[in-house]
Amino acid sequence: MVRLNRHTAGKIEQITMKELSFPFTEEKIRALKVGDEVLISGTVFTGRDAVHKYLHEGGELPSGVTLRDGIIYHCGPVMMKQDDGSWKCTAAGPTTSIREEPYQWQIIRDFGVRAVIGKGGMGERTLAACKEHGCVYLHGIGGAAQVLAECVKKVRNVYFLEKFGSPEAIWELDVADFPAIVTIDAHGNSLHKEVFARSEDELAKRL
Amino acid sequence: MLELVRRTSVEIPDDVQKVILAGLEREKKGTIAESAMKIIDRNIQMAREKSQPICQDTGSILFYVECPVGFDQITFKEAARDAVREATKKGYLRQNSVDSITGRNDGTNVGPGSPTIHFHQHRSSEVFVRLMLKGGGCENVGAQYSLPNEKLKADRDLKGCRRAILDAVLQAQGKGCGPGVLGVCIGGDRATGYEHSKMQLLRKLDDRNVNPDLDGLEQEILQTANELGIGPMGFGGKTTLLGVKICAVNRVPASYFVSVSYMCWAFRRQGVTLNAEGEISTWLY
Repeated sequence: MVRLNRHTAGKIEQITMKELSFPFTEEKIRALKVGDEVLISGTVFTGRDAVHKYLHEGGELPSGVTLRDGIIYHCGPVMMKQDDGSWKCTAAGPTTSIREEPYQWQIIRDFGVRAVIGKGGMGERTLAACKEHGCVYLHGIGGAAQVLAECVKKVRNVYFLEKFGSPEAIWELDVADFPAIVTIDAHGNSLHKEVFARSEDELAKRL
Repeated sequence: MLELVRRTSVEIPDDVQKVILAGLEREKKGTIAESAMKIIDRNIQMAREKSQPICQDTGSILFYVECPVGFDQITFKEAARDAVREATKKGYLRQNSVDSITGRNDGTNVGPGSPTIHFHQHRSSEVFVRLMLKGGGCENVGAQYSLPNEKLKADRDLKGCRRAILDAVLQAQGKGCGPGVLGVCIGGDRATGYEHSKMQLLRKLDDRNVNPDLDGLEQEILQTANELGIGPMGFGGKTTLLGVKICAVNRVPASYFVSVSYMCWAFRRQGVTLNAEGEISTWLY
């Protein structure tokens, strides 16, 4: 657990969040529960539509990319090339994850992914894969590209830049204190299922 | 023109920010919904200060131009394309335009259909240029209903429209980066229905519909949606929508479409009036 100061609208307040730091072991992942707020620190790899389809079709990860006990981040960042050839990340919020639903379960199974960061939640197959293989879905705040880009401390490398274009490439990022919420845990719980069922009932009462 | 693109990408218009802050106040303290709204609020401030995109998905680039008779549309289009190229180089826009057949991204944001520019002539000598950047996440949860819809028990009347619109809210959950704003068009064809639904998003959030029936429907849907408990990001909570804007256009007797465009909380739209020299004279939002 970590206590830290958060600055909001000029006010400073204390909040409590769980730290999730590299290495992302199965034990740490299984300890997380739906509703937990976490701060992620360590290396994450971005991967979105093109990467998921490519891996699903049997494509191999480029050398240097390892997802075993790792985190895949559904994100197409804005990256600016610096004069010295390095990259600066200037916007990096999550993209909608449900598009990866046909592929994610397989990638969790075959590549040993321990956590998926995204937004909007995922479906039954991902939920089942998280439970079976010990993985969680971490919901970032969609649209919060500046708050989250500030958590990217270093852009270590990029893969498939030419092949897929910048937003769809695999970016290797060092992040620190990246805030997210556990919305699918490794025990078969999904906040998305709960909220959908509840809101469906509430709507039925009002029709 | 570059300044219009920059401001649209990095600043939330005042009318939207006001409603976001009201949503933050409304959420229960200590909930994840409140945490989400706080991060959203902080993000808005940071983007403005750093002059960097509010959201990394800088979206479809949609210009709406009202212009006098004789206005040179070709020159305007060229200027808009140049501004988009330049804004992309400067990082106000992500390299966001992809060839739909080859998957190639040439990194310029200029190509078939990008940017999209809608021209409307008017009798006034003024030129109004509005720009909306609409991200893909919220665009994907837009929906079009053809009434009657038996499953939703939605007939061809305003009650049926209400059922269809609320179904769109339910299905969207948090996937479109809620709390969001709905632009809705009743009527039209499949293309114009969506076109008009998007144009409703050009209205200020605190305006009221001049048609009393539609005004009532807008207020009622906003209230009902916020009682569903979907909340920010779909985490549960009190703020599911920030606003609802509805228009109606005529239809053919055989068709009755309800087209819903969903705009995320990162509601990026700005607008300017241009003077005779083509320079910005006033900001519209």
